Amino acid sequence: MPETTHEIPDEQRDISFGRLPLGSTDARGNGWFGMAALVVTEACLFAYLLFSYYYMAFHFGRDWLPDELPGFKFSVPMTALLFTSSAVVWIGERGIQKGRNWICVAGLSGGALLGIAFVALEAVEWADKDFTLSTDSYASLYFTVTGFHMAHVVGGVLMLLTMALWAALGKFDAHRRDPISIAAFYWHFVDAVWIAVFTTIYVTPHLFN
Amino acid sequence: MPQLPAQYTQEPEIGPITQELRASLAKTWEGETGLRGWLGTVDHKILGIRYIITAFVFLILGGLEALVMRIQLAGPEQTLLTPEQYNELFSMHGITMIFLYALPILSGFSIFLFPLLLGTRDMAFPRLNAFSYWVFLFSGLFIYASFLAGAVPNAGWFNYPPYSLKQYNPGMNIDFYALGMILLGISTTTGSINFLITFLRLRAPGMSLNRTPVMLWGTTTISVGNLLAVPAVSLAFFLLWLDRQYGTHFYGVEEGGKPLLWQHLFWLYAHPWVYIIVLPAMGMVSDILPVFCRRPLVGYSLVVLATVTTMILGFGVWVHHMFATGIPFLSLSYFSGASFIITIPSAVSVFAWVATIWVGRPVIKTPFLYSASFIVMFVIAGVSGVMTASVPADLQLHDTYFVLAHLHYTIVGINLFGVLAGLYFWFPKMTGRMMNERLGVIAFWFVFFGFNLTFLPMHWTGLMGMPRRIYTYPAGTGWDLTNMLTTVGSFVMAFGILLVLINVMQGRWFGKRAGPNPWDAPTLEWSMPSPPPVYNFAVQPMVASRHPLWEDRLGEGTGRTALDRGPMLDKGKQQLITSMFDSEPLLVSKVASDSLWPFFATLTMTGFFAALLFHWPYAAGVLGVLTLLCGFFWNWPHAQLEQVAGSQNA
Repeated sequence: MPETTHEIPDEQRDISFGRLPLGSTDARGNGWFGMAALVVTEACLFAYLLFSYYYMAFHFGRDWLPDELPGFKFSVPMTALLFTSSAVVWIGERGIQKGRNWICVAGLSGGALLGIAFVALEAVEWADKDFTLSTDSYASLYFTVTGFHMAHVVGGVLMLLTMALWAALGKFDAHRRDPISIAAFYWHFVDAVWIAVFTTIYVTPHLFN
Repeated sequence: MPQLPAQYTQEPEIGPITQELRASLAKTWEGETGLRGWLGTVDHKILGIRYIITAFVFLILGGLEALVMRIQLAGPEQTLLTPEQYNELFSMHGITMIFLYALPILSGFSIFLFPLLLGTRDMAFPRLNAFSYWVFLFSGLFIYASFLAGAVPNAGWFNYPPYSLKQYNPGMNIDFYALGMILLGISTTTGSINFLITFLRLRAPGMSLNRTPVMLWGTTTISVGNLLAVPAVSLAFFLLWLDRQYGTHFYGVEEGGKPLLWQHLFWLYAHPWVYIIVLPAMGMVSDILPVFCRRPLVGYSLVVLATVTTMILGFGVWVHHMFATGIPFLSLSYFSGASFIITIPSAVSVFAWVATIWVGRPVIKTPFLYSASFIVMFVIAGVSGVMTASVPADLQLHDTYFVLAHLHYTIVGINLFGVLAGLYFWFPKMTGRMMNERLGVIAFWFVFFGFNLTFLPMHWTGLMGMPRRIYTYPAGTGWDLTNMLTTVGSFVMAFGILLVLINVMQGRWFGKRAGPNPWDAPTLEWSMPSPPPVYNFAVQPMVASRHPLWEDRLGEGTGRTALDRGPMLDKGKQQLITSMFDSEPLLVSKVASDSLWPFFATLTMTGFFAALLFHWPYAAGVLGVLTLLCGFFWNWPHAQLEQVAGSQNA
């Protein structure tokens, strides 16, 4: 590919851009950048959620927390599930890069299954609590923050399943696989946000005990 | 980059503009006709004009609401409105003007202009673009449906709890507002993503960042601002809705709620919002003034830097709306100081505009009149802004008509005057016809005098202590005269706006033909016929300077901008993606074809919100799944790229 510069010459007779990738193939298309922008705004949503949590926490102090602080019985296995799922999805993404469709399908659906297990475990923890959404402002925030994250996990699971379906239908190949990278990107983001949620809800209360 | 198989690459053919090329492009780019084409179009030019018209309708609705309030306040102890009706009117006036007019109208101009100014054929995500428009329209209809339900939002556009909580406001009034705002937030977010990626990736080859028109900088900057700020308000309204419907405790004082949490979340968004609804208008003026001064903008780089800086600073000052809430002294000092600092980038812009007029040879046409008076409004708004940023002054002025005067000089003075300048300026490009200059000047003087007669006296009304949001006042307070002046002014201004509308109609159907470049302007959109063909540029322009059409007289470029010969990109609906900073060609992108899915997705999503409003969980579930299914089909991938080299059409 000949080098081009942003200085356009006086004479355009011989200008050439060379062969360029067509559509969103190996070179990143607009979709990936669009997803990056969506991730920025979603990250801000969580920042504002956690801001609300800490705002209340700083105003009311230790008394604000429930007697039984949120423990690690469920949350550590949940964290492990999400971390594993990110790795599995990554393997699936590598699979399509090498043109192995079935690894991709297995990786994406495996990641989705781990995500579903995460949601199930969180639902068990919700049922385990002796307070409800309307008990007090701590309870409201606990359920809203974890609920928002859960909704994002569900969204990610739907994306992964859709991609797995499309990959199984042979829609992608080693060069044309942008949607899979985009869905994987979102999934890693959902997992990364969990670290912030986990630290806020499950770790910090013990620091001030 | 690994070697790509041949079917995934293409070498853009370089060639001149010919009649055959135009005919073949027109065939490829023309959408479907009839209802299907009308609902499914993704053409940014059509969507941009629709955006502008829709926002203008909301401007008129908001204006009528204001006029009714002004009749009520013309004299003391009027009884035209009940207190509850007055609450509803001032709430809807604020909601309409701020959310349904001020940003959407700027988005409309940006959607129309982005690809034209950037030298490309459509936005980065054309279907998302259509989706943004439909969601904006339907969120407006959603909020206005509250009139039909007899439950109009009544707690002001700021909607402070505890008054907006269920205990004090049991009807559906606030729920219409809360859910409608979340819906509108979706439109704003998708629109912002589109602007940002379009700006970063679709600039013509050679249009490096320092050659990009200021208006694009304004819109891109505020799009980043939107991405950071909109989640705050969507969350604020969602938590409010939970409080009202599911008994959570975020904003009530019982069980550990904090009404101030609302104010933080709301102003975390609504303060940056002030800049979000003015920066693109400032960009428009920065691009329009130089055309009529017959010289480039003075201090381009500084103006761009000021734009970006203003947005960044805008995020650090939200608490200055909360000086009167009893927050700690340290907080007061910091936020007061930070608010003062915003005067610096604002002053940079003002001096750049004044200098452009000073050293130029102004041609006084209607767009110039609006742009020049815009500068005056900007300065008045800035000075009263400094007054309210000072804590001791603010404690006096808080919740008086002085704040209203400041707010309206900011929003009407900067937003509306910028928008009207843009309307007169780009009208020939949108319609191919000129607006009547004489009628334009007459309308301008009505708007200008009407505006100042309305809002200048409000400063005095406020200094004399009249609180805002009261539906009437007793005789003998000394507020009568200034209120009467305000009312008279508001009708003069409304008459001016009516003349503008007549001017638009007259120009649209009877205006004289405009030709490609009636103002002799320097930017790329003026290099094509008016109105632009459906594919915008027949060949991709290659840009060599900041003022491609003024290169002959300025001699500032490193080469010659190529407008009549370049990459043809005629193998299907294609456009070129370039690198983020230097705009070097990266890849050939396929442009999405017309689709009904964005419209269907909007319908089901609005239905989902309506079901939430009426507490129909099953309907909400079904509609939610349908919305996801629309997204599923919308993004359906094609195993083969439809546009391989050699084939003519998709």
